[in-house]
Parts: sequence; structure tokens; C-alpha cells
Amino acid sequence: MKNFLQKIPEQVKRLSILLLVVVIVFIVATSLLTPKDFGLVGHYRAGAIQNNADKKMEYAGQEACADCHDDLWKTKNSSYHKNLSCEVCHGPSVNHVNEPDQFKPEKPRDRTFCPVCHEFNPSRPTGFPQIVSASHNPRRICVTCHNPHNPTPSQTPKECSACHAEISSAKSVSSHMDIPCTKCHETLEKHKLRPREYLPTKPANREFCGQCHSQDAKGDEFIPRINMATHEPRYVCWQCHYPHLPEAQ
Amino acid sequence: MEEIVQHLTPILKEIWGYIFPNEIELHWGVLIVLYPYLTGLVAGAFILASLVKVFNVKELQPTYRLAMLTAMAFLIVAPLPLLAHLGHPEKAYEILITPNSASAMAMFGFVYAWYLMAVLCLEIWFEYRRDIILWSQKETGIKKWIHKIISLFSKDISEKAIHFDKKWVKIITIIGIPSAFLLHGYVGFIFGSIKANPWWSSVLMPIVFLFSAIVSGIAMVLILYMIITPVRGKQLDILCLDKLASYLFYVMIIDFSLEALDFVHRVYESEESIKILAYLVSNKLFISLVVIQLFMGMLIPLAMIALIKISKSPPDLKKMVYFISAILVQVGIFSTRWNIVIGGQLFSKSFRGLTVYKITFFGLEGFFASVIVFCLPFILLYIFTKILPPWEEARNP
Amino acid sequence: MKNKIIETDKKVERRSFLKKIAILALAPIAFGFLGATDKLKTVKKWMLENGYIPSNHKWGMGIDISKCIGCGRCAVACKNENNVPKEPFFFRTWVERYRIYENGDVQVDSPNGSMDGFDNSRTTNKKMLRSFFVPKICNHCDNPPCVQVCPVGATFKGEDGVVLVDSDYCVGCRYCIQACPYGARFLHPETHTAEKCTFCYHRIVQDKLPACVEVCPTQARVFGELNKKASPLVRFLRMNKIGILKPSLNTEPKVYYANLDMEVK
Repeated sequence: MKNFLQKIPEQVKRLSILLLVVVIVFIVATSLLTPKDFGLVGHYRAGAIQNNADKKMEYAGQEACADCHDDLWKTKNSSYHKNLSCEVCHGPSVNHVNEPDQFKPEKPRDRTFCPVCHEFNPSRPTGFPQIVSASHNPRRICVTCHNPHNPTPSQTPKECSACHAEISSAKSVSSHMDIPCTKCHETLEKHKLRPREYLPTKPANREFCGQCHSQDAKGDEFIPRINMATHEPRYVCWQCHYPHLPEAQ
Repeated sequence: MEEIVQHLTPILKEIWGYIFPNEIELHWGVLIVLYPYLTGLVAGAFILASLVKVFNVKELQPTYRLAMLTAMAFLIVAPLPLLAHLGHPEKAYEILITPNSASAMAMFGFVYAWYLMAVLCLEIWFEYRRDIILWSQKETGIKKWIHKIISLFSKDISEKAIHFDKKWVKIITIIGIPSAFLLHGYVGFIFGSIKANPWWSSVLMPIVFLFSAIVSGIAMVLILYMIITPVRGKQLDILCLDKLASYLFYVMIIDFSLEALDFVHRVYESEESIKILAYLVSNKLFISLVVIQLFMGMLIPLAMIALIKISKSPPDLKKMVYFISAILVQVGIFSTRWNIVIGGQLFSKSFRGLTVYKITFFGLEGFFASVIVFCLPFILLYIFTKILPPWEEARNP
Repeated sequence: MKNKIIETDKKVERRSFLKKIAILALAPIAFGFLGATDKLKTVKKWMLENGYIPSNHKWGMGIDISKCIGCGRCAVACKNENNVPKEPFFFRTWVERYRIYENGDVQVDSPNGSMDGFDNSRTTNKKMLRSFFVPKICNHCDNPPCVQVCPVGATFKGEDGVVLVDSDYCVGCRYCIQACPYGARFLHPETHTAEKCTFCYHRIVQDKLPACVEVCPTQARVFGELNKKASPLVRFLRMNKIGILKPSLNTEPKVYYANLDMEVK
């Protein structure tokens, strides 16, 4: 044994000691510094899951509102706003839930608030109720006509443009500007109150447009006329012409 | 907080197209450009040194020890820019105690430690051991003790022990070559393995990194040798310079071919990202990639060295051309790193827009910090040459 | 004929030989692995203080693009709920507007991450072909590149599939931000650690919905369990044609889009 030890060159002995020191320091440091909960579940600190779960909530969730405000809750849930959570408008309210008297939730009454969702924007899905606030009863705050918990207006809208802003703005610059909507769309009065249940009619055939635009139609001379028999007989008119803005290509 | 907001707000106006809102802050700045540049110099200088020991290139003997010390100086500084850019440098030790085996970056500590301790320190120790012992016998005072500690108080300078040292220098060099490849190939892998970023994600990335590293390492040793030797009042060894320049030329040819292959491959495959990358190269990166990296850093030095080799020029002209070429190559390789690191963050991962990089001047991640980091290896090298003189005449007979 | 049989025999032999070598080489690793799983069996399932057991859940989100109205309430609620810095450079969720024109041009924007809504002023005379809003959020990938690259294990996919950040352990190297293909991560300017959507982890462990889902006025966002048949998310996946973002990257997102457009990346 002694013989063997002597055979090892001096350099190797000295380097081995140094290496041993480095390895021991590394192992000791590793065991001291590694968090106790590291690697219990995966390659991470298991306690980090709890840390993430420990954050304070700001939004209480609409079920919490229903506990006290069951009347408003019921109204809202049978209205067009039934899918709307209370805190969308009233802001994060967990403090109000915990201490109702100390913290009062927001009540936005500004005319800029409702248009966040309801201002006309061509990127929004069609069918979502939108208005152009500049022309929709300007300067009156929304809640004078619309109860936010049941937004269907008590006063029925007089104009179609109140809801169909995009169409009416297109029509207003077209040569059809003077034609009332009801000339083409038969609209029951009930449509104004329950728009999706009572849909207005739409013209269904070429002959409808032909009432003004065929060669033998009566009316002003400036109305463009076509020969109904030869003018693209295989198509219906609105496949090529947008009725609300017929000038468009 | 306010500092960051002040820094980012003007950038909002300079964005072209659409970038994700979180992408306005560019995360890896000039410090991370320095990191692959510095490790590249380490790997390159080491590969150059290994030419002497493993492949017996006698002409390069005068630069062997200098190359080793250069590698050491740059290797010690290499992790500093990484450390400085961390959000929490004080937690950096975690990378050693709980490394994530799936992470390329987690292997940094181990590759680095292996290379520093198992390769560079060990090789320098074996190479210098006899000289250190003899120096310490002649010296007095603090220098004697420094040398004694460095030699780990070993005293054996018998024929047998010296033979053992020499054998081990060779063995370590042989281990060292793949290790140097690993060290820098791995840095390339950090970028090349990010599948989210089409500018980085490429199998060629580690190899391109490696060869550009060797290019920069050879050029750096050439520059250092050409500056230090006249300063010491010695004569430049023109054979050594010729050899260095030849190797520089060959490796640059390989590097250029690889980069050209990468470019052609990208253009030919023409994947989803090609439009935004083409826009990036022809706009934001035009100066730094086409002008500096390609023309100044690659084609001009290649042409100059080739001309001087063909034309059998006088030594003084040769020296000047070599020196200018090496400087141009350094600038070129630095901008290579810049184009990879910064370029890869200038386009949005939505492939619909470009952002800008505004370098800050002060602070840990600023311009001045990176200048200091870049100067540190040279200061270290100066200290090393005082403790372990790499010059021929310092060797003990 | 005979030759063939002999050859196949040889192949079999060689293969079994290789197998033996492989077994010999892998035995220590395999034993280590078995030992580890044995240990896991004896350890109780990881449980949070309120009794929530991560391994009993698998969370995901559905987003119906045709329902999003671009109001940006989700982005606002997210910042309120999670103390995300209010500046327009840090978002856990945001909404993008896509406008595709008849000449093929695509215009995408997300001013202030949609927090102030989108103005409807036209910036071009080009005719619009189609347009829509797309809410974006961390995809909580099942094969998350951010977790793969984290050097220290400071970001991880929990047993419930939620990708979380351990901000006490994060060193702030920002490799995860580089690795995320969706731009869903940012560096918190005050803590200097990586930040991202947690599906409002503190809410879901208490059976509450994530804040963005809670406030979405049109139910464009659906949240729920992936492995429970009765969950609204499973219904969402049953009723819609589903797309995910950047499927070619194999990140296996757990945020599923209905009516996804080819231009969304």
C-alpha cells in the first residue's frame, strides 16, 4: 500500500487534494443552499405553488354580489346583460364584499363608459348592439334611457339608426339616402323591443328592385334603369349591388 | 421602474408594423453580445495553442504560452457580463445547485467549470510547474509566495517529474480541443435551440459559432503578439506571423462557407419567417451585417491576406496587412455576435414588425459597463504575464 | 430461402445482444428511476393549505374569436387582479385587432394592449375584407419551451398543467422570455423576475374563475377542466372547430381558439 502511494507522482497527489477540497465545498454548499422543498413534486420549489396561490383576490366574482343584491341580480339575469359580470362595470370589489360600508364599488355614469363595448367598430362581430355615440342622443348620459341592469330602453327607439349605426351611416351618403328603411324592410313595432325575436323582412327577388330600376318602372328619370331580361338574369341584385350603398364596387 | 418606462416610451414611436406589447423591452443587450464574443476568444485562443502541442506546429511556439494566458484571461471575465445582466445576480449560485437538466443555459456552470479547472488551469499548471518552482527558488518576498502557492508547494523537478508534466500537457490538450468545441458550440446551442426564434433556430448555429470563435481567437493572439513583442523591444518572428495568418485564412474560409450555407439554406427553404427576416437584414441590420460583418470583417481581410500570400511582399508590408486584417476580423466577429444576439430580438415573434435597440450608457447593462468588461481581460492578461511570464527568455534553461 | 432465415436469426441474435448491452448500461439509471417512483408512492399527494390537490386538475382555456368585441376589459381586469404594472409594456393578457384588406394587406394593432379599447377611425382607404379581435394570453403549453430553458427550475408546469413562476427563485436571466413563441412573458420592472399569466392561480384554487374570464362581457373566454366531461371547456371543445397558435412548434397549447383565422400568429 505504502509502495503504491509512493508511486503516485507528487503532482497528482497535490492536485487530488485540491480537487477533493473543491468537490467537498461544492457538495456542502449544495446541500446547505438548496431549498428544502425543491424537487418534492418536480424540478421546482414545491412551496412556489403555495406562493402563487397566496395572492390576494381583487375581483370577488358575481356569485358574491348575488348574496346581498339579489333583486338587482335577478333583473340583470333576465336582461340582455345576463352574461355580464357585475364587476365589469363596478370594478374589482372584493373589499366591498368584505367590508360593505367601508368600500363602495365604482358606478360609472360617464357617457364614455358604455361605448367601450357599444361604440360602433367595424371589427366587432355583426349582431352585437352598437351605436355611433356622436349621433346617438348626443350629450345625454346613457342611464337616462337605459337601465344598465336591464338595458332595453323603456322608450322605444324612434330611428333604426339607434341600433343599426353602420348601415344608416352608409345609406346616408348613398343615392338611397331618401328611401326609408321600412320601404324595403317590413318591420313590426315589436322589433324595437325584442329585436331578435321579431326580425324585419328582407326583399327576396329581382322584381323587388325592378319596381324602380326596370325599364318600364314609373318614377323619376334620374333613377338608373336596366333591362330585367338581359341584365345578368342568373343573379339576384344584392349579389353585385350593396343596397345600402349601391355606388360601391 | 421609472427609468425603464422613460427608456421604453420613446421606442413606442419607432416600432414598425406590429410587435407583441411585451416585446417592446429588448431583453438581451450589449452585455450578452460580449459574452459569446469573449468565450469565442477563449475557445479560439485555446485551439491555436493546441496546434503547437498536438499537431506540432513548431512555428507557433512563440505564441503558445501567450495564447494559453489569453484564453485564461478571457475565460475568467466571460461570466461577468452574464452576471451583470441578471435581474438577481445574488441568486446566480442556484444555477449550480439546482440545474435544470433540460436547459442549455443550466449546463453553463458545469461546462465553464470543466473548461476552467480541468482544462485551462491544469494545462497551464503542468506547462509552467517547473518554471514556477525555479522562479520561486530565486525570488524573495511576496512574489516567492505567490509562486509557491500557485505551484501548490510542489518541489519535484526531477527528469521523471518533468517528463510526466509534458505527457500530461499533451493529454490535457487533446481533451481540451473537444472541450473548447463544447464550450463555444454550447454557447451557439443556447441560441440555436430556441425554436421560437427563426433567426436563431438553426443546427448550424453551434458550428458557425465555433469557427467564428477560432477566427477571432487567432486574430486576437496575432494582435496581442504584434503589440506586445515590439513593446518589449523584441523582434517579431515573421515565420510565426505567416503561420498565424495562414491559419486565420483557412478558418475564415470555413467560417465563410458555413455562414453562406446558412444563408442559402434559409433563402432556399423560404419558411414563414423569411419576409420579416429579409426586411430585418435589408433595413435594421444592413450596416452591421452586410457592410461590417460581411465586407469589412470577412471579404476584405480574406482578399488582403490572399493577395499578400501570392505576391511575396516585403515583411514590413506583410506585418501591416496582417495587423489590419486581424483588427478588421475582430470588428467583424464582434458585429457577428451583435447581429445574432440583437438582430434576433429586433423582429417580433408575430413576424409582423420590427423594434429598435437603444443602448443605454450608464448602469449595469449600459455601454460603459460593457467597455469596462471588455477591458478587464487585457488588464488580467497583464497581471498574468507578470506572474507567469510567457516569454521565451523567462524560461529556465 | 435458407439464407434469409439464417440472416434473420442473426439479426435477432444481434438485436438481443444489443438489448442486453442496453439493459446493462441503463440498469443503474433504471434502478434509480424505480427507486425514485417508489419514493413518490409513499409521499402523499402534494396539497395546498386549502385542500386543493394540483394533480386532480388539468386546466385550460377556450377563446371564441367570433364573440370578442375588443372592449379590453380582460386586460384591465388582469392588471387589477395581478398587480401588473400599468405601463403599456407589461401584459399578462392583451387583445389584438386584425384588419385584413381586399388587396391582401394585414394590419394588426393592440394600442396599450387594448386597455383603452380600439378607436374606429379609418387610417386607410383600402377596402376591408374581414376584421376581428383576438385575445392573447399565456398558452400554458403542455410542452412549454419556457420551462425547458429555465436554468434553475424557477418556472415550471404544475401537476394541474398551469405554468407558474417562482419569483423568489427566479434569477432574472430572461431566457424564458426569449423562448416563449407567443410573447406572453415579461420582466417585472420592480422585482426583476419573469412574470406571466398564472390563470389567476390564487383564484382557481378557490374555485373562482380567472379575472379575465370573470369580466368578459360576451363569454368569449371559457375556462375549465380538460379532463372532466361536464366542464364548460370540454363542451366548448365539443361544439367548435378548434385551432391553436403556432402548432408547428409543438408546444401543445392549452388555450384553444374557436374560429381562429389563418393570419393570427
